[in-house]
Amino acid sequence: MAGKAWRSAVSRVVSAFKNATPQSRTFTQGMQTVTLIPGDGIGPEISVAVMKIFEAAKAPIQWEERNVTAIKGPGGKWMIPPDAKESMDKNKIGLKGPLKTPIAAGHPSMNLLLRKTFDLYANVRPCVSIEGYKTPYTDVNLVTIRENTEGEYSGIEHVIVDGVVQSIKLITEQASQRIAEYAFEYARNNQRASVTAVHKANIMRMSDGLFLRKCREAAEKHRDVKFTEMYLDTVCLNMVQDPTQFDVLVMPNLYGDILSDLCAGLIGGLGVTPSGNIGANGVAIFESVHGTAPDIAGKDMANPTALLLSAVMMLRHMGLHGHAKKIEAACFDTIRDEKVRTQDLGGNSKCSEFTDAICQRVRDMD
Amino acid sequence: KIKMCSFVRPFLLSVILTSMFSLLRSDPLLPPSTQQVHRDSLVCASQPPPAQYGGRHTVTLIPGDGIGPELANHVRELFRFCCVPVDFEVVNVDSTMASEDDINNAIMAIRRNGVALKGNLETNHNLPPSYKSRNNLLRTTLDLYANVMHCQSLPGVRTRHRNIDIMIIRENTEGEYSSLEHENVPGVVECLKIITRTKSLRIADYAFRTAREKGRTRVTAVHKANIMKLGDGLFLECCKEVASGYPEITFDSMIVDNTTMQLVSRPQQFDVMVMPNLYGNVVSNVCAGLVGGPGLVPGANYGEDYAVFETGTRNTGKSIANTNTANPTAMLLASCLLLDHLKLHAYANMIRRAILSTVTETRLHTADLGGQGSTSEVVQSIMKVKNFTVTF
Repeated sequence: MAGKAWRSAVSRVVSAFKNATPQSRTFTQGMQTVTLIPGDGIGPEISVAVMKIFEAAKAPIQWEERNVTAIKGPGGKWMIPPDAKESMDKNKIGLKGPLKTPIAAGHPSMNLLLRKTFDLYANVRPCVSIEGYKTPYTDVNLVTIRENTEGEYSGIEHVIVDGVVQSIKLITEQASQRIAEYAFEYARNNQRASVTAVHKANIMRMSDGLFLRKCREAAEKHRDVKFTEMYLDTVCLNMVQDPTQFDVLVMPNLYGDILSDLCAGLIGGLGVTPSGNIGANGVAIFESVHGTAPDIAGKDMANPTALLLSAVMMLRHMGLHGHAKKIEAACFDTIRDEKVRTQDLGGNSKCSEFTDAICQRVRDMD
Repeated sequence: KIKMCSFVRPFLLSVILTSMFSLLRSDPLLPPSTQQVHRDSLVCASQPPPAQYGGRHTVTLIPGDGIGPELANHVRELFRFCCVPVDFEVVNVDSTMASEDDINNAIMAIRRNGVALKGNLETNHNLPPSYKSRNNLLRTTLDLYANVMHCQSLPGVRTRHRNIDIMIIRENTEGEYSSLEHENVPGVVECLKIITRTKSLRIADYAFRTAREKGRTRVTAVHKANIMKLGDGLFLECCKEVASGYPEITFDSMIVDNTTMQLVSRPQQFDVMVMPNLYGNVVSNVCAGLVGGPGLVPGANYGEDYAVFETGTRNTGKSIANTNTANPTAMLLASCLLLDHLKLHAYANMIRRAILSTVTETRLHTADLGGQGSTSEVVQSIMKVKNFTVTF
């Protein structure tokens, strides 16, 4: 027992020196502990659903539940509770449910706080059409990789004179390089054929130009992956006409925000879209991006698909492809079957019924 | 006696034209979509220049790059065929040249004539920042503050969503397109997005005025004020202020990422949308894609004193240039908007009716709509359309 723990600790240390990419050999030894942040609203119910499904699939995951409510640390700065931070730093992998952003609570949004604490620089959102859930767009299969720390969301704004406001969009060489490298690594590790950089360098010559230059440099280092660049408006235009032409998209913060939500809309909305945030030092937090839905909280009506697919993404990141495939297939089959579906997908089953159906399928697969 | 004669002829002409105009307006043969389009073209814009030199207007024509020159030729061909009293002053702008003389000549020509029809000018984004986007330069110098794009589903064009009727009004001169960038520290670039109260009020006022004139019931402001609290917050505040003066129009707001999500799932919920520059770029391209692509939607840029018409999504179409496969519909519809602006409504409606019947009825589609027609075939078909005469 101790020997196993020591080995996994050593291999974790070793892997921490490398870039954050899936390392299959590290995590297949024994149980891997993952920090679970249930969140607010429907968060706890869907977290329970995911834990149940993982148990049925016999995935080697141990959950460590933590709460993240902002507390004021020494020096007056808002921070997440130290035990949550400690747990994340130890486990490196986290699964997070929806967190509510209280208005006028005095502290910044929890998501922002987490992002800053762990330097989550890349937001990855794979958008794949769900077979059982019909949308006007079929055959969507793309991934949006969005720079998550700077760009238009730097929060630097000034009132120059009364009635004139300037908002600063910050693009740095370091952040652009980091995200570009990550995008190509991701493409390589997940067998994606091409990476497209989305920009508006015809107008924002210096800032998006810098971003583009870094993408080109990263492309030089990864010649096995095809690289193209496209204007933001052209991407939007083509995306709604023919989304199959896109593969991996990498872009700065604002364009990423808009495009990732556009792609989520193509496959059915935030209720079925997984998302992962990759940080420095090998930290990765996977989350569901929908809201807390306080109106249906506690009524067993929630749809756990988004959190479940994020958890599957997490398994793939950890290298547990077998379990990931099993759970994902079970989930898609249940949705395709149309017998047991939650309300937002057009059915009228309860969350627990949906979860049980998936668990049953997972067990049948063995 | 001489005094009497001098005003009798133009008076008679105007009487005949207005009576014809009112006849066409209530023409039951006009398909509903054309009627709608005609109604919508009565936009409150600046006063067009008076027709000088024998009742003919002079309009600046900037062919642009890519498919621009061939489409400009088709417009001229069509106008000649229909005997439209418009003369084009062609100003070529070479976008590869470093000096801004060409674009300054074009701007001077537009100041002279008041109206222009333009193709897109390519910007090579690998050149240093001293080389500014020619299109942007034109828009900001002439203060063409409102970019209006009307996206409507056309019968006969197969799209995933039906019954779309969205009017997008986009602020055209400030916001993220201020081209103010600097590198204080090597490796750190700052780009300034400027939002001002005066311009936000102006565009909001334009949006509500247009909505009122066209009988629209709802205006949605698109923003990201939860993140850019001061910038987009100011924009939103200005919109709310203007909205209070138009009680019959419902005003609501939506965050831009939610907007794009709603557009691809349920675009029928939107009526008129008003937004700053960059979000306008995204939303207008999404809407153009939803109704059938860049080849179908015309765009107009209005200022206090000038108006410039172009295709809605501003593409150069470099890859299909000179292959006779471009869809001329967008540019031809833009020329109809131009004619409406010059108050030549009879010609505008006649040409618009012919274009729409070609697109919807005869199914002569170009490659972008999934057909095999060529540009010249489409234009020929438009010219052949029956009841294609302006009777005096």
